[in-house]
Amino acid sequence: MTNHSLIDEHRDDEGSKTGMWIFIFTELLLFGGLFIVYSVYRYLNPMAFHLAAEELDVFLGTANTVILLVSSMTIAMAITSIQLKRKGLALILMGVTVLLAIIFMVNKYFEWTGKISHGIFPGSEILHQSSQGEILFFGLYYAMTGLHALHIIVGVGFIGYVMWLVKIDDVKHDDYVILENSALYWHLVDLIWIFLFPLFYLIT
Amino acid sequence: MIETLTQDSNPSFLDYKGRFKGLMGWIFSTDHKRIGLLYLYSMLVFFSIAAILGLMMKLELMAPGKTIMGAQTYNSFFTLHGITMIFLIVVPGLPAVFGNFFLPIMIGAKDVAFPKLNLLSWWIYIVGAFIALSAQFFGDGPPDTGWTFYAPYSFRTGTNMLPAVTGAFVLGFSSIVTGINFIVTMHRMRAPGMNWMKMPLFPWALYGTSWIQVLATPIVGVTLLMVVLERTLQIGFFDPALGGDPILYQHLFWIYSHPAVYIMILPAMGVISEIIPTFARKTIFGYTAIVVSTLAIAFVGYFVWGHHMFTSGMSGVALYTFSILTFLVAIPSAIKIFNWVATLHKASINLQTPFMWALCFLFVFMIGGLSGMVLGALSANVHLHDTAFVVAHFHYIVFGGTGFAFFGAVHYWYPKMFGRMYDKSWANIGLAIFFTGFNALYLPMFFLGMTGMPRRYYDYVEKFHGPNIISSLGAMFMIVGLIIIITNLVRSARHGVIAEKDPWKGKTLEWTVDSPPSLENFDEIPVVTDHPYKYD
Amino acid sequence: MDNGQHTHIVKYSTFVWILIILLVLTFSSVAITQLDLGVYTVTGALLFASIKSVIVLMYFMHLKFDKKFYAIMMAGIVLLLTSVIIVTFLDYLYR
Repeated sequence: MTNHSLIDEHRDDEGSKTGMWIFIFTELLLFGGLFIVYSVYRYLNPMAFHLAAEELDVFLGTANTVILLVSSMTIAMAITSIQLKRKGLALILMGVTVLLAIIFMVNKYFEWTGKISHGIFPGSEILHQSSQGEILFFGLYYAMTGLHALHIIVGVGFIGYVMWLVKIDDVKHDDYVILENSALYWHLVDLIWIFLFPLFYLIT
Repeated sequence: MIETLTQDSNPSFLDYKGRFKGLMGWIFSTDHKRIGLLYLYSMLVFFSIAAILGLMMKLELMAPGKTIMGAQTYNSFFTLHGITMIFLIVVPGLPAVFGNFFLPIMIGAKDVAFPKLNLLSWWIYIVGAFIALSAQFFGDGPPDTGWTFYAPYSFRTGTNMLPAVTGAFVLGFSSIVTGINFIVTMHRMRAPGMNWMKMPLFPWALYGTSWIQVLATPIVGVTLLMVVLERTLQIGFFDPALGGDPILYQHLFWIYSHPAVYIMILPAMGVISEIIPTFARKTIFGYTAIVVSTLAIAFVGYFVWGHHMFTSGMSGVALYTFSILTFLVAIPSAIKIFNWVATLHKASINLQTPFMWALCFLFVFMIGGLSGMVLGALSANVHLHDTAFVVAHFHYIVFGGTGFAFFGAVHYWYPKMFGRMYDKSWANIGLAIFFTGFNALYLPMFFLGMTGMPRRYYDYVEKFHGPNIISSLGAMFMIVGLIIIITNLVRSARHGVIAEKDPWKGKTLEWTVDSPPSLENFDEIPVVTDHPYKYD
Repeated sequence: MDNGQHTHIVKYSTFVWILIILLVLTFSSVAITQLDLGVYTVTGALLFASIKSVIVLMYFMHLKFDKKFYAIMMAGIVLLLTSVIIVTFLDYLYR
């Protein structure tokens, strides 16, 4: 007579992590498709891309890069905290990660609204009068940073959910693979930005 | 429902009663076997819709000029026929139905690595299907771009593109989630003693397929997203007026869609590798070669996508690179055919329906594959691109390949899934009629293409009339065969003779469990010592 | 098959050092692009980005301490994407 609860008790942390890594690969390929588009159009319109990039604010871009790097550190530290049974510290570190993410989004909001108020957005009059390379640059800018921002929002939700699990002790020092997986997701978001930053802000 | 076939103390997965009752017990089930059947039943509905569309297209092509529909309707028909067949049937097809049902059992596991994600995968599939099919009913008319959604027409057409493209995008996630599930399952849940080189060939095929699903699908996902952005925001990626390149769309689209055809065919080859040793009652010839070929096809298949674009305007360097790689990727497929045929040498053949499907597969797959070689040659391609020749090629290789393997798999594993045997006479009659109709339908298309009949046209000049009549009559004959086959299968689920555990004397693990299997497949996880297909 | 946790714990200080290195690389990459290196600007920027990525992968994402399978697959993915871009450029470079 089989014990049906056995299926629910199947716990495989290594398998869970493997699944998360494969999901990360899919995300890399997803952004990879946009990188293919970027590389082709950059090759075909080098001067226009160079000129268009000067309209972006390097300071803001650098600040956002720093913000994400710090947030990667804090979420990584949160894992150490949980492993060392420091539940309170883990929650603080995860909270800081979320806070930094929100600041990133606020920066991005100002960047976007700034551009839009200057009439630079897909389909706008001003863009229509610019060179084709500029149109493509800003199309890629909005598409890639927009898709990235969507992933930040998902990441905030994911980490927030895990924070709740930590709070109710569903995640603890001997059972924390979902925290690891949420951290992996967050580092992925950071990785993508590490490439977006130079490709849009530093090609002047 | 189907009457109980096993004792109440260990009910079959069909009779098992969990938290939910009736229909809810199925659509909320995380049992990989029930999920496999959910996919099977859904696909039966979608396949019927797409087949009827195909039949109506053939009726239109029965004679020159307008027969039963005009150009716009015809365009929307081949679009929906393609979207349904590709994204709802042949891409998910074998992995979603037989991979779900049999992968865990064949490696000695009780379920897949992530059963809840598995159910989510089916739910995503259904949602994606509804979104895609809804495109038929709203807006300014059903999509008319073909399933390939080529730019710039796909963002200029007034027809209802957004649901079709969004539906395909959603369906991609179903594919990705299934792929992740299968990879982790095979890495982590093989029975003790089953090292990689003792795993049967259908799981190996699913392994290669799953990596393609995981690594190629995201690219079409983001490409479809770009089409949405083009249509709604005029983002400019594929619009020449804004600096975009329509050929880049084709690159991105085929970077997924070529590997996608290997998603279609690798599991089919895996099924053939299971059927042939069982009915030859002899171990498979060249197990290692088949494993290596599977991985080689998956890998090299990433780099041949340009052969769909030979006449698009690519550079000469791109042309001959893609042509050479296309010929290269045919080699591992050929190796498999040699191995299957070699298995039959001095074998003791048990001539049953699944085996006959496998033999028919060999025949049609070779026609499909060799016609692909013709298309892979640059000079021939200029002449044949976008003609009926291409349509014949891919129907032979996809319908003939994946489709025949699917029917073979259904008949092969039928007694295991339902605990009953199908009616063998009707199965063979159905196969004979279907096979005759299939070839009458598609063979003339090679000649039509070579003599210049274009594809995706509702009309043609008088000289193409004769072969078109044969083709359209073939379609009707084939549909009769299909109806017989499917009716037999549906009917036998309730009225068929009760089947034993191992009616074909197969040697892989699924034949050691009950027919139908219990909820957790095995009472005890087996310990594996032998290679698969071990016949004395 | 291990169902439990791997017990490797990374020290807080390690993470702090990694962050410092990453910040140094970030500011360096900004500084270097103020110089005019012509066509090598992109190469330089991507080089810095790649180094930063490897560091994030190895330490933050724990690849240095995990089973080699993950690092090998990651390298494989990067190779795949790079190869696809190269093959795509066989078209654009020679039109």
